[in-house]
Amino acid sequence: MSRAEPAFRRGPFDRLRDWLPKLVLSPTIAIVAIFVYGFILFTLYLSFTDSRILPSFGWVGMKNYENLFRIRAWDTAVTNLVIFGVLYIAVCCALGLLLAILLDQRIRAEGFIRTIYLYPMALSFIVTGVAWKWFLDPGIGLEAVVRGWGWESFAFDWIKNGDMAIYTIVIAAVWQTSGFVMAMFLAGLRGIDGEMLKAAQIDGASTLALYRRIVIPQLRPAFMSAFVVLAHMAIKSYDLVIALTGGGPGTATELPATFMYSYTFTRNQMGIGAASAVIMLMTIAAIIVPYLWSELREKS
Amino acid sequence: MPTDFTSQAVTAGTGTPAPIRKRRRTAAAPRVILYLILALFCVYYLLPLCVMVVNSLKPLGEITAGGMMALPEQWTLAPWSSAWSTAQVGVDATGLRPYFVNSILMVVPAVAISTILGALNGYVLTKWTFRGATLLFGLVLFGCFIPFQIVLIPMARMLGLMGIAGTVPGLVFVHLVYGIGFSTLYFRNYYAAFPTELVRAAQIDGAGFFTIFRRILLPSSGPIAVVCIIWQFTNIWNDFLFGASFSDFDSQPMTVALNNLVQSSTGVKEYNVHFAGAIMAALPTLLVYVVAGRFFVRGLMAGSVKG
Repeated sequence: MSRAEPAFRRGPFDRLRDWLPKLVLSPTIAIVAIFVYGFILFTLYLSFTDSRILPSFGWVGMKNYENLFRIRAWDTAVTNLVIFGVLYIAVCCALGLLLAILLDQRIRAEGFIRTIYLYPMALSFIVTGVAWKWFLDPGIGLEAVVRGWGWESFAFDWIKNGDMAIYTIVIAAVWQTSGFVMAMFLAGLRGIDGEMLKAAQIDGASTLALYRRIVIPQLRPAFMSAFVVLAHMAIKSYDLVIALTGGGPGTATELPATFMYSYTFTRNQMGIGAASAVIMLMTIAAIIVPYLWSELREKS
Repeated sequence: MPTDFTSQAVTAGTGTPAPIRKRRRTAAAPRVILYLILALFCVYYLLPLCVMVVNSLKPLGEITAGGMMALPEQWTLAPWSSAWSTAQVGVDATGLRPYFVNSILMVVPAVAISTILGALNGYVLTKWTFRGATLLFGLVLFGCFIPFQIVLIPMARMLGLMGIAGTVPGLVFVHLVYGIGFSTLYFRNYYAAFPTELVRAAQIDGAGFFTIFRRILLPSSGPIAVVCIIWQFTNIWNDFLFGASFSDFDSQPMTVALNNLVQSSTGVKEYNVHFAGAIMAALPTLLVYVVAGRFFVRGLMAGSVKG
């Protein structure tokens, strides 16, 4: 911008004016440099040290990473993340797409229904966790209620069952986020060219073929966004697990996020905790960086 | 006029009766099913909230006797007053009230400052752009998506060094730092569509950096400011990880206190009190959603579909 200015004599005040925009931006640059990138480097460094209860700077090389992959709880956490992540993303996308297509049929009171589908997104995961924790509790929740209605043999104790508890996390997480995915797909559906659909309809394409051949392929960007958002939410999942199962029974619903927290702050294995955080970051970066790259490149 | 009216009605009646009737006949049944499915999903999404509300209004005995899905036989507000002012949260029997206050004291400054900074950043990044601005923005944006586990350890130390560890101002600071990215994103994308010619014209007229911002951009920033404030408010109010990591007993935000209330292993589990507390924690963000849901959705979409 300063290049466009006429060539007046430039005093110190003018120079300040040139620098003003950068000066305004500088607190943010400093904050991001220190609290995002500086802190990432610090944690990365800690992951190569013998830190236990406090940070310490004795270099141990890759030992924390080697130990990390020998810990059963980390193995469980990673396996759980795969199960949870795949189901969470798949069910959210399927449900979100279904609801979006159903809502796209010139529904009366569409806005009202959309509001209902989306409201869980405004809640804290802790609130969601509390609601589902007691609703799924066999002692007072669904199981007890159905038995009270006369179906004495009804059993639904997944939340207390080490093999099934991870699926209760999926249930609660899908409840919270699927409405949001629906909104993303609905926005995608509204962006599709109506002329093309009309032409295909005139050619005698069935509704099913219409959706399979024309509509869903055009929703690719919406699928991309949904995948990136859901995948990064899955990897960061912490609150919901804490509120719903506390990582249990035992370590049955441990995820990398809960593992990192307990190893760092309650088990005093800071080096290993830092190593697990680094792995979480790299996983998310592998998903987010290409996405941001393509989004920002398109713009400039 | 009346003849016009009737003639129209006649042509409408005689011209296209067959297709209309045909469409109605084939579409009626599927449309009933369609509405039925949509209604069923409404029940699915509303059920947990209804369970919470209904069970927060009944005595504990009715819940433990297997009546979670029934309406209260005896309506009571006692669980609400207990959750608010007398329930055991952590060490003291203070109820959730002090923690609700903590959350408000934390949210208001964090939202205000991060929104103002975000607006200024967006202004610079779009109207005073420089080489490397996009790269810089990308670097800021990446900070929004990092798993915050990666900053927990150094942040705990830093808060200690700054002397605000375990305090509400400490939490404000943390949320401010990690909230700037999204604020900047919103304002940058919004201002990018704002005509730069207006800014240049004002500049030629001799208006300075802040004058242009205040007089030209700010007056039309209402919608995006609302989007940003709602997003930050919802995110910060609902945060648990930072609250759990960086607060002491007396500076815990609502989400952490609620979790303590529910997970506390001493004494009888008062489910009705837990539900009342959960609704209290949900109420501020729900209220915002009901009043300004449109802006909330816009924020969600802008946060996921960049550009």
